[in-house]
Amino acid sequence: MSLQHRYDFVLLFDVKDGNPNGDPDAGNLPRVDAETGQGLVTDVSLKRKVRNFIGLLKEEQPPYEIYVKEKAILNKQHERAYQAIPGGTELLAGDDKKRKGGDKVEEARQWMCHNFYDVRTFGAVMSTGVNCGQVRGPVQMTFARSVDPVIASEHSITRMAVATEKEAEKQDGDNRTMGRKFTVPYGLYVAHGFVSAHLADQTGFSDSDLELLWQALSNMFEHDRSAARGEMATRGLYVFKHDSKLGNAPAYSLFERVKAELKDKDSVPRSFSDYTVTVDADNLPNGVELLTLVD
Amino acid sequence: MQTFCLEVSGDFACFTRPEMKVERVSYDVITPSAARAVFEAILWKPAIRWQVRRIEVLKPIRWINLRRNEVGGVVPAGAVKSAMKHGKGQLSLYVEEERQQRAGLFLRDVRYRLHADFEMLDNNSANNPVKFAEMFKRRASKGQCFNQPYLGTREFSCDFRLVEDAENIEIPAELQGRRELGWMLYDMDFTDANNPMPRFFQASMDDGVIQVPAWDSEEVRG
Repeated sequence: MSLQHRYDFVLLFDVKDGNPNGDPDAGNLPRVDAETGQGLVTDVSLKRKVRNFIGLLKEEQPPYEIYVKEKAILNKQHERAYQAIPGGTELLAGDDKKRKGGDKVEEARQWMCHNFYDVRTFGAVMSTGVNCGQVRGPVQMTFARSVDPVIASEHSITRMAVATEKEAEKQDGDNRTMGRKFTVPYGLYVAHGFVSAHLADQTGFSDSDLELLWQALSNMFEHDRSAARGEMATRGLYVFKHDSKLGNAPAYSLFERVKAELKDKDSVPRSFSDYTVTVDADNLPNGVELLTLVD
Repeated sequence: MQTFCLEVSGDFACFTRPEMKVERVSYDVITPSAARAVFEAILWKPAIRWQVRRIEVLKPIRWINLRRNEVGGVVPAGAVKSAMKHGKGQLSLYVEEERQQRAGLFLRDVRYRLHADFEMLDNNSANNPVKFAEMFKRRASKGQCFNQPYLGTREFSCDFRLVEDAENIEIPAELQGRRELGWMLYDMDFTDANNPMPRFFQASMDDGVIQVPAWDSEEVRG
């Protein structure tokens, strides 16, 4: 069942004493918009977390395989049976040569969409002789931006061991090294996203895939714990569901309805309770429904 | 021919220069090609072709530098075919093995007014320009779109608004005067779909306004 509605969503997440997204250009400092001081988290960083969550949840089995993987599970080189997908047997049953006008690249593309959740969600580029061998996914996300400016603090940390013997000799057995770690004391970030029903038709992104996406966006930080991240959590997921496939209202007019503001404008935010999130659900444009999935 | 005007704005934009596309550097302003894609995101049918006529730049040109982890590989179609055929195979792409860190010089805080009209490629009784014009107006004024339009790359999605009457626009002071933007990508020529060729034009901005020549005019060179 293909999608019958367009969706626009607002994702609110926060970070406490962690680095939500390091900037490789700045020695892994948290990304900051240099002009406004607002923190940034790239779209690709968020998509990475969605992929990891789906991979974890569905154990990387088709049709929920993840194409772009992090090599978290070592030695996972066993072969996969790709026939085990809905419609897969039909796809395989037909003899390529007999099919009229069947473009093999197109077929391969469809097949990839069937097997890989991230390909049918975010799209992928396929290397073919033809320049346009690509899949545009229905889900599009923007950079997340913090509501207020963030300050990156630098922490020096020590390690009571060294990596090489040479280092140990140099220190006469003292065996201590220093490292650096960056955190944002607190930041509430807002990301916007779009789901195009028409592009979903082209990749076979279904309603149950969409449910999975919401689940991933709600829970992805719970499974992305690490020393660098600190405490991150999804604090709000507001989905505007349009009645029609093309949509019933401009996305920006809907996004403006979700506002996060500091309760005390002169204070420094240190927790989610320092913010009031208001969602204006009154007088929604005709044919737009607000689903509050995380509040 | 009726001309439509869309006002688009976004936090970021990247209209990648073809000569600097590994570490992306954006053009100073939106290209006709990217502007066409904004219109197509709202309405496109094989029977029509959008022609961008004029671009008005409403915000000063500002830049931001960002470096991201990207991957260098693409899905190998051959391996996919073989996995399809045999029902097994190893298809994943591991980011650690294909990682590339690429910086990008993007535009920030942009706002444009894009003026375009469309021409009919296939004019028969079922396809008349009024139908498409009304369809476009209806969609654009309601904020409807096929997919959310974007400014160069998909992560930089944009807001759009149909400008129906000639509202006054304010061009920022620093854009006043004439500014040569040099040779700029006009669009890709898809006549040969297997081997699309880029076409360029010499763009100049007068008081924030760029006049876009017709795609088949002398000024557009391959």
